Amino acid sequence: MHKNTKMIILLAILAVGLLTFYTLYGLNPDIYFYQMPSRLKRIVAIVIVAVAIAVSTVIFQTIVKNRILTPSIMGLDSVYTFIQTAIVFLAGVSSPLLLNSQYNYFLSMGVLVLFTLFVFKFLFKVTKNNIFLLLLIGIILGTFFGNLSTFMQILISPEDFSILQGTLFGSFNAIDESLLGITGIIVIVMLVFVFKDFHTLDVLSLGRDHALNLGINYDRKVSYLLIIVAILVSVSTALVGPIMFLGLLVVNLAHELLKTFRHSYLILGTALISIITLVIGQMVVQFVFGNNIELSVIINLVGGVYFIYLMLRRNRT
Amino acid sequence: MISVKGITKKYGSKTVVDDVSIDIEKGKITSLIGPNGAGKSTVISMITRLLDKNSGEVLLEGDNIFTQPHGELAKKITILKQANHLELKITVRELISFGRFPYSKGRLTDEDEQIIDEAISYMGLKEFEERYIDELSGGQRQRAYIAMTIAQDTEYIFLDEPLNNLDMKHSVQIMQILRRLCRDKNKTIIIVIHDINFASCYSDNIVALKDGKIAISGTANEVITKEVLEGIYEMEINIESICGHRICFYFDGVIEGDSTELAANYLIGNA
Repeated sequence: MHKNTKMIILLAILAVGLLTFYTLYGLNPDIYFYQMPSRLKRIVAIVIVAVAIAVSTVIFQTIVKNRILTPSIMGLDSVYTFIQTAIVFLAGVSSPLLLNSQYNYFLSMGVLVLFTLFVFKFLFKVTKNNIFLLLLIGIILGTFFGNLSTFMQILISPEDFSILQGTLFGSFNAIDESLLGITGIIVIVMLVFVFKDFHTLDVLSLGRDHALNLGINYDRKVSYLLIIVAILVSVSTALVGPIMFLGLLVVNLAHELLKTFRHSYLILGTALISIITLVIGQMVVQFVFGNNIELSVIINLVGGVYFIYLMLRRNRT
Repeated sequence: MISVKGITKKYGSKTVVDDVSIDIEKGKITSLIGPNGAGKSTVISMITRLLDKNSGEVLLEGDNIFTQPHGELAKKITILKQANHLELKITVRELISFGRFPYSKGRLTDEDEQIIDEAISYMGLKEFEERYIDELSGGQRQRAYIAMTIAQDTEYIFLDEPLNNLDMKHSVQIMQILRRLCRDKNKTIIIVIHDINFASCYSDNIVALKDGKIAISGTANEVITKEVLEGIYEMEINIESICGHRICFYFDGVIEGDSTELAANYLIGNA
């Protein structure tokens, strides 16, 4: 059997094992009826978010030909922060837009999708398909929204701020299960679109000139794929909040474990690794820290350290 | 035949390619020569739709190239640019397999495998086929990329400085392979080349560019003359006939308006 196929099977077994362990660990028969659904709900959310982040990051890195960039460079996290802050600032902490998770989800998702569509569609024309100019504008917009948020956060009361802060960390603890269905469906539809393009993505990783030479309508394909990336990142952020370094961490681990350029392996491997990472993170949050910290804090700590390691290693070679 | 009609490229107000028209003869090797910055690479990038042009048109057997579907055009013309650097874990064989993408969209058939095998042995890469691209020497890598364009099995092959970074032996090897492709498989090959002696020995036709315009275009014998080349390169070039080839001798030539010569003369006391 091929080395990469073996690795994928190994990762799949590990992922399923961890998911099972998480579901069954320390179950209390007295509150079984409460515990079980709540854990299953988290597992579904973990799988959805893991797949969305893995697929979007792999595609994004293939397009920009860079291993240390993730879609969050487009300023999506800042826009999410901006939306939540603006709700608190304008409508207060008791606003249904903040408290009703469905309203909040659809508002966040809508704004994020519109924002990225604007960035990609409109700016693609302005920058004449120059992807790096596009990224630069994304960074500037991200900083802009980040600063606006900080400005509003300074003006609101400290009590309101601490409530707001709770929504700005990625977390699987307070998910509305009615949102899992719609997010799941959106992610599956996007996967179906991407699935047809696995071979095209392989060609895109050779770069623009080779892709054009091999008969791919490069500009159209890239903007189509970027829209899929935008939708995937938006729905996962709207569901659990931003988990910045997850994509970076898992894609690079996948590259270390699977020495291949083939997207069929890369995307599957990355999705499995992000499930594994999120389950371990969730177990640490729940079983070790007793839910006293947020998952995104742990992921960002590990991811951030790994990011520094990548930068140092890159510098040396 | 590919007919290029008055293509022009401008960056801002600067015109880098100015109204260039070329007829590329079928089944021949055509070389593009000229000084750095003459617009050679820009011209072939525009012909092969890698770069947008400001005006002009390119006709392939009478049909406009830019209105053809990308996928169909990839079965007719191929281009290999210089500086192919990939940070991918990809083996030689996998790279060459990409040449079949226009035909099988990634699902290789037995026929594809056979054509890939052929391209590999044509470029003498049999012993490296399972090696990763980043483990190869410059010459081997260049051959792997050329093998990929051969596997694409197009009638027209454009190569942008295929001899870049290659030593004499590998340069000769590649030029001989190109000549064989022309003769055995009736391919039409267009190369950008800096070494005018390689251009002289291996081309059927030569197009010389200078400052974005065509300086002269004709058969190798028409272009490789003292007057023409001295006009293009602005230096002294002597041409000798050796073994039936016209060889340019320019290594010790006087360069027009060159201050280094004056300085050198001053140092040795001739000034």
